[in-house]
Amino acid sequence: MISKEEVQHIAKLARLGLNDEEIERTQKELSAILDYIEQLKEINTEGVEPTSHSVVIENVLREDIGKPERQEKKLLEMSPQKKDNYFKVKPIF
Amino acid sequence: MELSGLTIEKLHELLVKKEVSAVDVARSFLDHIKEADKKIHAFLTISEELALSQARAVDEKINNNQEIDILAGIPVAIKDNLLVKDIRCTAGSKILKDYIAPYDASAVKKLRSRGAVILGKTNLDEFAMGASTENSAYGPTFNPSDLSRVPGGSSGGSAAAVAGQMAVYALGSDTGGSIRQPASFCGVVGLKPTYGAVSRYGLIAMASSLDHVGPLTKTVADCRIVFNAIKGKDERDSTSVDPQGLPTTNYKLQTLKIGIPKEYFIEGMDKGVREAVEKAIKQYEIAGAKIAEVSLPSTKYAVPCYYIIVPSEVSANLARYDGIKYGLSAGDSLLDVYLQSRDQGLGEEVKRRIMLGTYALSSGYYDAYYLRAQKVRTLIRQDFEKAFHKVDVLMTPVAPTTAFKVGEKIANPLEMYLADIFTCSLNLSGYPALSLPCGKANNLPVGLQIIGKPFNEEHILAIGEAFKELQ
Repeated sequence: MISKEEVQHIAKLARLGLNDEEIERTQKELSAILDYIEQLKEINTEGVEPTSHSVVIENVLREDIGKPERQEKKLLEMSPQKKDNYFKVKPIF
Repeated sequence: MELSGLTIEKLHELLVKKEVSAVDVARSFLDHIKEADKKIHAFLTISEELALSQARAVDEKINNNQEIDILAGIPVAIKDNLLVKDIRCTAGSKILKDYIAPYDASAVKKLRSRGAVILGKTNLDEFAMGASTENSAYGPTFNPSDLSRVPGGSSGGSAAAVAGQMAVYALGSDTGGSIRQPASFCGVVGLKPTYGAVSRYGLIAMASSLDHVGPLTKTVADCRIVFNAIKGKDERDSTSVDPQGLPTTNYKLQTLKIGIPKEYFIEGMDKGVREAVEKAIKQYEIAGAKIAEVSLPSTKYAVPCYYIIVPSEVSANLARYDGIKYGLSAGDSLLDVYLQSRDQGLGEEVKRRIMLGTYALSSGYYDAYYLRAQKVRTLIRQDFEKAFHKVDVLMTPVAPTTAFKVGEKIANPLEMYLADIFTCSLNLSGYPALSLPCGKANNLPVGLQIIGKPFNEEHILAIGEAFKELQ
């Protein structure tokens, strides 16, 4: 079973503000799911290459030329906080 | 005239002959939605204005005696994780409650350029995470065959819209079975194309290496029309491909070799589902097809492998919902904005997967979980490669059960995950699969899954289409 502290640590890494009740529930649920996933350890994967995509992924290159399609105004409009042509965030320091 | 039950082909014929106008068609569907959707709740947003303006443009063409595309004037519903420009797109989440799409998804853009009439956006499990549409922040969708049951998920709204005759066809997305399983539960046709066949640009990302866009339709013929309209390489999706030089395909049932993976007919699956699927396969055999048992030995590990890879990709993809650039935002300090926006805006299943994925990718666990799962993914793909040396297609059930009751599985995440047991291998391997209504069990629809070789969608569609002649 994964510990409460581990769950709190993971929640912090994931930037999820979970309350005590959620932490406790997550601890139980993650443990059950991880127990189920344990069966992957039965399978022999020695010498097997990992697959990240089912198709061969290649770099796609193009000339570095800008396109006239500009949407920054539209995109900025959806920001909860903005200033001039920028997203605004809370002070970092 | 009763329009709502018609197929793309039939409606196109009526439009061309000027027996109905595109505006009449759009109005008739919009009216039907207003009535029928009170009980089914397939739609999250109705885009009436857009639909009518698109219909008027088609009518103008018809009245000027211009030729129209087969999809022109045909009403479609779009899953609410695919962007339709200037229309709200929620992904079934509170965090995107007021998000207005700034552009079209590529698949949507292709339909739009052919004159499609977009009726609205359909309900889904939040960010497409679920198998019942109960995880939507906007309430569940109900199965038109039986309102006490789920429509499946996560494209439950799209499947219910087509089954409930509120749209002629719909677009959905499939990451572990999310087109095929709801198609099976609602009794409609659903196609998960080969990975890369349809652009994912403008699909709100869940697990990028497993996400697919595809159609839900009333007939296989309609499915082919929609698939051909949305497929193709897209410069905005680097994983999209234009397949060239496809192997010649055997379309004759008399010489067709159908593989039956023994691992897909398991203890504990619904007896009625098994009977309906076996009966359908028998009909292909009577028509002359050769049936051969094959083995996909890694099948047992598909769900555990899937539930490492999906949450891992989810935890990365959903980091963008941070309360800064768009969407729900709460909190007073920078850290609080992250913590509170995500806590208030994201639902239980989404948080569960973010947590699981963050854990699997975190320092010290990467090799044991994520890397191992990627290796198992290779073995699963190799199973299919080997099987397809012996046979032309595979046939399996889509899901181990028919539509279950609303509330039946929602409290147990693991049980819900097992609903993907026959479908998620195809997302891991990228192979195309069709979900075809093949009969009923317990008075509820059952789907037959027909799996083909990569980029050979035409083959499984042809075999699926032949089914109606066999009965």
